[in-house]
Amino acid sequence: MRVLGIETSCDETGVAVYDTELGLRAHALHTQAALHQDYGGVVPELASRDHILRLLPLVDEVLAQARLTRRDLDGVAYTEGPGLIGALLTGATLAKTLAWALAIPALGVHHLEGHLLAPLLEEPAPAFPFLALIVSGGHSLLMDVAGVGRYALLGDTLDDAAGEAFDKTAKLLGLGYPGGPALARLAESGDSASFRFARPLTDRPTLDFSFSGLKTQVLLAVQRNGPERHADIAAGFQAAVVDTLVWKCLRALDESGRERLVVAGGVGANLQLRERLREGTARRGASVHFPRPAFCTDNGAMIALAGALRLAAGEREDASIHAAPRRELASLTPP
Amino acid sequence: MNLLAIECSTEVLSVAVWASGELCERVQDVGVRHGDRLLPLIDAVLADARVDKLELSAVAFGCGPGAFTGVRMAVAAAQGIAYGLDIPALPVSSLAALAQEGYARGAVAPILALADARMGEVYAGGFEVDAEGLVYAVADEQLVAPAELALPGDNIWCAVGPGFRAYAPLLRERFGYRLDAIERSVFPQAAAVARLGARALRAGLGVPARQALPVYLRDKVALTEAERRVKQ
Ligand SMILES: Nc1ncnc2c1ncn2[C@@H]1O[C@H](COP(=O)(O)OP(=O)(O)OP(=O)(O)O)[C@@H](O)[C@H]1O
Ligand SMILES: [Mg+2]
Repeated sequence: MRVLGIETSCDETGVAVYDTELGLRAHALHTQAALHQDYGGVVPELASRDHILRLLPLVDEVLAQARLTRRDLDGVAYTEGPGLIGALLTGATLAKTLAWALAIPALGVHHLEGHLLAPLLEEPAPAFPFLALIVSGGHSLLMDVAGVGRYALLGDTLDDAAGEAFDKTAKLLGLGYPGGPALARLAESGDSASFRFARPLTDRPTLDFSFSGLKTQVLLAVQRNGPERHADIAAGFQAAVVDTLVWKCLRALDESGRERLVVAGGVGANLQLRERLREGTARRGASVHFPRPAFCTDNGAMIALAGALRLAAGEREDASIHAAPRRELASLTPP
Repeated sequence: MNLLAIECSTEVLSVAVWASGELCERVQDVGVRHGDRLLPLIDAVLADARVDKLELSAVAFGCGPGAFTGVRMAVAAAQGIAYGLDIPALPVSSLAALAQEGYARGAVAPILALADARMGEVYAGGFEVDAEGLVYAVADEQLVAPAELALPGDNIWCAVGPGFRAYAPLLRERFGYRLDAIERSVFPQAAAVARLGARALRAGLGVPARQALPVYLRDKVALTEAERRVKQ
């Protein structure tokens, strides 16, 4: 089954074709980062306006890459939520009407399910069951994943998401938006031991996270020190976040007895985090799986994949064009 | 020649099929989410017209100006359908569709179509009517405060639409005898989009799906960080 995937939940337009026999056939992405830069954050209306310009050119691009025509498609998957309502509806409307015209099924996919299953796009693909750490701009979740749609929440953030913490801290350091990757680059030239920030909630058994206190500590450090210390502050901040995430993941592996961990979401692109999780899981005889960096952040491939798994299992939805801007991942059911 | 038409730039969602001159239209009650009803209504109106989707020659859509989310829904639907069926799309101004509906309800040309743009402004367009009884634009469409709206020339204009109803007392006072109006509530509807779309198709104005795009008129939708600093 060949499924076109469409992702428009926020500020990236992602389109891809996934084939349940042959795997990922093609993917393309347009990022709006430059569009929102002067606004200091994503402007929802501008995001929607851009999605509608980019979608069909990207569909043409992936079909050409895959040497397919529109009539070779067997289904269309789109991001149903969470995300920005206007941006979601733009992708949903195009997906549903395109599927209607081609007389094939369309299916809404939970954005975080896309992130969660993204490691399955890589070789070797992790087998179910596994634990998943989703660390993105809006989420920090630890999930137990028994199969598609069989998700149990183990830990969540009590305040800021990990990516949000990276972005806010980057802003304090004058690094612009979205600052996570820039902060990680700056941290490379800093000494992570010279600022020791707290590792929130690591002294307690909970698998929940909290990052907002860390932000306050960074603010103080920035106020008390000159710009020549920014690299050290960045390194200290990154070490605190990475330590916290690694500690919780390893604890969850120990408690659950699961042998595989997958990491998804934009912060999963962080090299420090990858290295530390590789070491930590290897020591326990467990394995850790990451999508390539391009599939850590928002992309069409993960939506095409998640949609294809569900469509191939026979899942269908009605004809209404809708979005679910705030649905919980743990509320999903198997196809 | 069979044409599908979609209009959802206001709270009234409608779809129509124009089949060699015969028109069928379905209008959705206000208060229902457009997305919930769009595809079922399209199926219903195609059945009314006894046209199969594979027999469609083009898809016309109200391209705005109007409510952003609704306009984008019409545009994205036109894109999806035109792309999937490999047929051209026909952008039709939602103000032209409004003027056309007004004409069908007794407005005498020239017609001033006024849509409510919120935030104290209206979308305005001026239209004449051709020999076939179809409206055509005689002035650029604009986003304007009712207090700044100007009536071109010195003839009497007939105002229609939600933008007139929202500011009727002010507009009457400003223009006096030069402004006539249709008092009833008139919305842009797909039947008008279909008629105007059929004329556009005959004139060779169809575009590929990816060029089916919205017209917003309101381009400034947020302040940059620098602009916010200046304001403080
Ligand atoms: N190398 C990196 N190190 C740390 N953070 C990073 C890195 N690369 C990206 N990020 C962060 O990842 C986030 C973006 O990830 P992603 O695109 O998955 O989030 P999102 O889609 O905005 O959020 P959500 O999926 O929760 O709605 C940003 O906060 C960004 O700063
Ligand atoms: Mg995301």
